[in-house]
Amino acid sequence: MEIIVCIRRVPDLSEAEIEIGRDGVSLDDDDLDYDVNEWDNFAIEAAVQLKEEHGGRVTAMTVGDEESEDVLRRALAMGADEAVHLMDDAFDGSDALGTATILQRAIADRPYDLILTGAISGDQARGHVGPMLAAMLDIPMVALATELSVEGGTATVQHEVEGGLERITRMVLPALVTAQTGLNEPRYVSIRGIRKVSGMEIPVQEAGDLDLDGSQVGVAASAVTVEEIFLPPRGGGAEMLEGSEETVVQKLVERLQQEGAF
Amino acid sequence: MREIFVVVERSKDGFDESALELLTAARGLGEATVSAVLMGADVADLASEAAQWFDSVYVFDDPALAQPDGDLQSRILAPLIDREKPLVTLVPHTNTGLELTPMLSVRAGTPLIADAMAIESCAAGDCEAGVECIRAVRAVFGGKVQARVSAIPAENGVMISVRPGAYAPADTAPGTGGVVHSETIPEGVAPRRQYVETVAPDPGAVDISQAEVLVAIGRGIEDEENLDDLRSLADAMGAEVACTRPVVDKKWLEKTRQVGTSGVTVKPRVYLALGISGSFQHLGGVKGDPFIAAINTDPSAPIFGVADVGIVGDILDLIPLLEEKIRERRS
Repeated sequence: MEIIVCIRRVPDLSEAEIEIGRDGVSLDDDDLDYDVNEWDNFAIEAAVQLKEEHGGRVTAMTVGDEESEDVLRRALAMGADEAVHLMDDAFDGSDALGTATILQRAIADRPYDLILTGAISGDQARGHVGPMLAAMLDIPMVALATELSVEGGTATVQHEVEGGLERITRMVLPALVTAQTGLNEPRYVSIRGIRKVSGMEIPVQEAGDLDLDGSQVGVAASAVTVEEIFLPPRGGGAEMLEGSEETVVQKLVERLQQEGAF
Repeated sequence: MREIFVVVERSKDGFDESALELLTAARGLGEATVSAVLMGADVADLASEAAQWFDSVYVFDDPALAQPDGDLQSRILAPLIDREKPLVTLVPHTNTGLELTPMLSVRAGTPLIADAMAIESCAAGDCEAGVECIRAVRAVFGGKVQARVSAIPAENGVMISVRPGAYAPADTAPGTGGVVHSETIPEGVAPRRQYVETVAPDPGAVDISQAEVLVAIGRGIEDEENLDDLRSLADAMGAEVACTRPVVDKKWLEKTRQVGTSGVTVKPRVYLALGISGSFQHLGGVKGDPFIAAINTDPSAPIFGVADVGIVGDILDLIPLLEEKIRERRS
């Protein structure tokens, strides 16, 4: 089985101090840590598990700058067989449609049975690239998979729907599935594991290789323009309790009792 | 006249409340015919109901549409959008919408704005674009940052998925019944996904949806063994334990305790949020305007924007102290 997994390097903001960059449309990234997008990590694990069960090949792909090579190396360390780095200045500032277009060009001429992506990314949180790619390749897809198996050329996917319910859906391959967190338990990647794959060649494909130019991808082709980013207004907001641990907990307990919490 | 499409999602008992929220959003975009787009099986009654609210209703009533299937829906709606050319197509940003909108925007050739919390139409001449554009505010970077984005309608308009709850549902129907257009699935378009079954949670599991007081934890709990302190606190309060998605992903608590858009909807009187950042996916499951108290190490956590009282601190230190003080008061 030929599996392609599309991944991305994103900033980890869970603990970060956030500052808006000087351009007003991006974050000041001096102090940010980057890692593979959380959802994509589940997609890689799913791809590797399916290969281990059925045989075949896993190819990891990313659209991104030089530093994005890190997430490809990480995917190789997890068990991907090869990686493709889609990198060109012309790709900078692509919106989801642009990113999906780049991936579609890179994938269209390859054999594939299953394409896996993360359901959304932790930074832009649109969830667009996977389904857009499926539409461009004209293959069926299911979003937000929490279980995935393949048998005889058919994928069976359990996926989240509204109201806390899940649904089971089958699709004949080729198909695309986007991974929800919790789909599996992604394996640990050790420094030694990364070192082992450090010698592996990662081919770079540029705009010219994919027959693309700045009219189709990148900032100029982006249909949605980010005018500004800003910290959300704290409107209303919580009354912050201050003082020693003892004091704040005492105040909180009083408020909870007033509200009938116990 | 300009036309705005609202894709109506169904729920168990009719159309989902997002339909009327999107109607409010559509009315805010200026003078336009607002049309509902409805897909399903045996939905004639629903179409008549929608016609009480919308100026017109495009209805696809077909057994193939009994279950939501974003792939099929997008291949059905793209030709409709191409024919009617609405200025804006609004879709609820739900799990189904998450499948439908990206595929539909590709097939219909429209720009797509995801998960908008506020949208407005910007008249030609009001901004640099020189033509009418659609602007929206959306959350990025886990809700810690917001972005103002804009898109110029293509020939087939602009598509926007709108966050559920971002707009109040419309409460006035226009009065005159709208026109119902019966549509048929285009020739050659057939389902490529097979629905097998819906998996409901274990009926014997805990039901937090009726709990009056919830003690909820998120990533801040850090380790499974810290759950004992939390259970002990909940026990002292006579409350149920709830949690966010990452806690369930780690299999530390059951899925039936997960509050959020992909979990359980709760409506407690009091919600104690411990080590929870407050993503929209989580808060989307907290209804009924409870008293919310939050403790988090990160002063910029979005939870503090919605909580009534907040403490910046480490829950691992504060939980045992909280329990002790509550037990003192109760004795």
